[in-house]
Amino acid sequence: MDMNTAKLKKNAFRVTKVRGKTASRVRVPGGHLEAKYLPVLQEIAEKYGNGTLHITNRQGFEIPGIDFADVDKVNAALQSIIEGLEINQEEEDAGYPASGTRNVIACIGNRVCPFGCYDTTGLAKRIEKAIFPNDLHFKVACTGCPNDCAKVRMHDFGIMGMTEPQFDPNRCVSCEACIKACRTRSVGALSMQNFRPVRDAKKCIGCGVCVINCPDRAWTRSKKKYYRLTLLGRTGKKNPRMGEDFIKWVDEESILKIILNTYDYVKEYIDPNAPGGKEHIGYIVDRTGVEEFLRWALKDVDLPPEAEVYTPLYWKGVKY
Amino acid sequence: MGYRVSRETLDLWLATHAADYEIWAPHRFVGEGCFSDTDSVRYARVTKLEEIELKERSHYSFKEALTPASQTLFYFTQEACTEPEPPVKGAILLLRSCDLHALRRLDDMYLHNGPADYYYARLRERVKVVLLGCAASCESGFCVSMGTNVSENYDMSLDPVAGDFLVDCKDADWAAFFAARGCGEEPVTPAHVEENAVKVTVPEKLSPAVAKASLWNQYDKRCINCGRCNFVCPTCTCFTMQDLYYDENARLGERRRVWASCMVDGFTDVAGGGSYRKKNGERMRFKVLHKMLDYKQRKGYQMCVGCGRCDDVCPEYISFSGCVNHLDEAMKEVQGK
Ligand code: SF4
Ligand code: SF4
Repeated sequence: MDMNTAKLKKNAFRVTKVRGKTASRVRVPGGHLEAKYLPVLQEIAEKYGNGTLHITNRQGFEIPGIDFADVDKVNAALQSIIEGLEINQEEEDAGYPASGTRNVIACIGNRVCPFGCYDTTGLAKRIEKAIFPNDLHFKVACTGCPNDCAKVRMHDFGIMGMTEPQFDPNRCVSCEACIKACRTRSVGALSMQNFRPVRDAKKCIGCGVCVINCPDRAWTRSKKKYYRLTLLGRTGKKNPRMGEDFIKWVDEESILKIILNTYDYVKEYIDPNAPGGKEHIGYIVDRTGVEEFLRWALKDVDLPPEAEVYTPLYWKGVKY
Repeated sequence: MGYRVSRETLDLWLATHAADYEIWAPHRFVGEGCFSDTDSVRYARVTKLEEIELKERSHYSFKEALTPASQTLFYFTQEACTEPEPPVKGAILLLRSCDLHALRRLDDMYLHNGPADYYYARLRERVKVVLLGCAASCESGFCVSMGTNVSENYDMSLDPVAGDFLVDCKDADWAAFFAARGCGEEPVTPAHVEENAVKVTVPEKLSPAVAKASLWNQYDKRCINCGRCNFVCPTCTCFTMQDLYYDENARLGERRRVWASCMVDGFTDVAGGGSYRKKNGERMRFKVLHKMLDYKQRKGYQMCVGCGRCDDVCPEYISFSGCVNHLDEAMKEVQGK
């Protein structure tokens, strides 16, 4: 049996433990799709696979039990999904191109969740459009608010939604709902002074809990959407670690630029002998030093005046 | 006198009258809703047609035009008090029928419930009303049950129809304004709702005995005493006083009155540390019976106008109309029937 496994993997198929059998990996950027694509998956699984679907950690589906011989047919069958999800494809009917950069995941976000500060799937798709197809090992995740349901701190780039609460004193009825909510559900950034809440902007994490709990729209959301960007979290064998705070009150444009800049940085500094051409960005940064990384990452990035860049950057985590 | 008025003419009417009146109308505050990317429809001062939300019933009532959520009554030094300047302009309020009925309740509370409220009265005498017709019922309103679906005491009515507006002008000056601009005369009856999906029946023999019913207990846990239901209500008039001493100089300050809610902690706090209706169910009971029983006993008509706002705003899906419709059973329970 002859199979170019590198090519197979790049085409989003897995080399499995069963000889001659592969699994098709169907990425769903932002984790939200029209239900009409489920029958397509069902058909592929029943016709070419073993009739089962695995829901992956990264918001995709993996269809196991496919014969190597059926790869082309599976790719053709996936075409409607690839088009429907607006995946950047190089060649029609050729399946998913590249599998190095991982699916950009998203919690359900403000399409459904009352706490979500933005359309997480929308941003995930925007990032997808900008970075795919790509073989480099990048993990990006979008979560709607600082609850971090998407566990973005385990990613190279973690994007958390924030809002800058706006206060209209003329609508305030001194009920203290915001104070109680911030204290019990968030970080306790509000205090009552002279019958009105005062926000400690340094402490505030922009979760919007005060806005949600205000009964009279004295607190509202800022027109601009903001984010907290966390950096270089990872799982893995040697040194798993949480992503550290990089920029608070950053905007969408800057995040996109920083991610794209990091691709340039990795291309420059990746270990040419890295197994499978994949190396976690964090290890590269450990090698070049953070300063050099930041020089690349922040190139031509025009941060909004409200943005706060954390420095120095230092990662902990477990070391083996 | 009825007229068919074009958008342009109506805009001109707004611009012209904005000189002498604050024109308060429902306005869509984009992105200012409770949740991200949701809007808040509230009353705002407008000068153009495009600023008016003509479809959706406002989430908060018009009452803030007459009694702001927070209103400074006077400023004080050690020696003297100064009142803020009275409003320069009169006010034109664009109200749906339920809200126009609510205006009568505000008047009764602020003008005919003991001495007239000075701050309310001085603006109220310069208020004119434009009735916004309701071509269809809103989802949660029960104006028909409350008898507030039709209004006649307006200065002008306003109904959007096929790109134009139909107005019925009782105000002679305004009628002259439209006539002078060539608006076609035609008979106009403001649109009103004949039936709502929500219907409410208040038991004939409702009595304070219903306070003992088990109905109220469920709200102890369900209600989070946030007060939204009161703040959106066009007929809730409770306020509290705040004497504010300025940080920079504690001998100067201001007294203001601020909306209060019978659902929120602190409403019943009295000197000596007493506090009543600690349970949320007791607060719900107080609110419902005030709206549907006590007020009527005093004034001869129901306080609630059935706008449905409290239903729509409650984060815990507590339905006021739903509760009222359980009063019959609750009466039977306490009467042992
Ligand atoms: S946004 Fe969150 S952290 Fe900031 S004041 Fe409001 S509740 Fe507190
Ligand atoms: S009934 Fe609903 S809106 Fe009113 S205080 Fe209770 S939870 Fe808040």
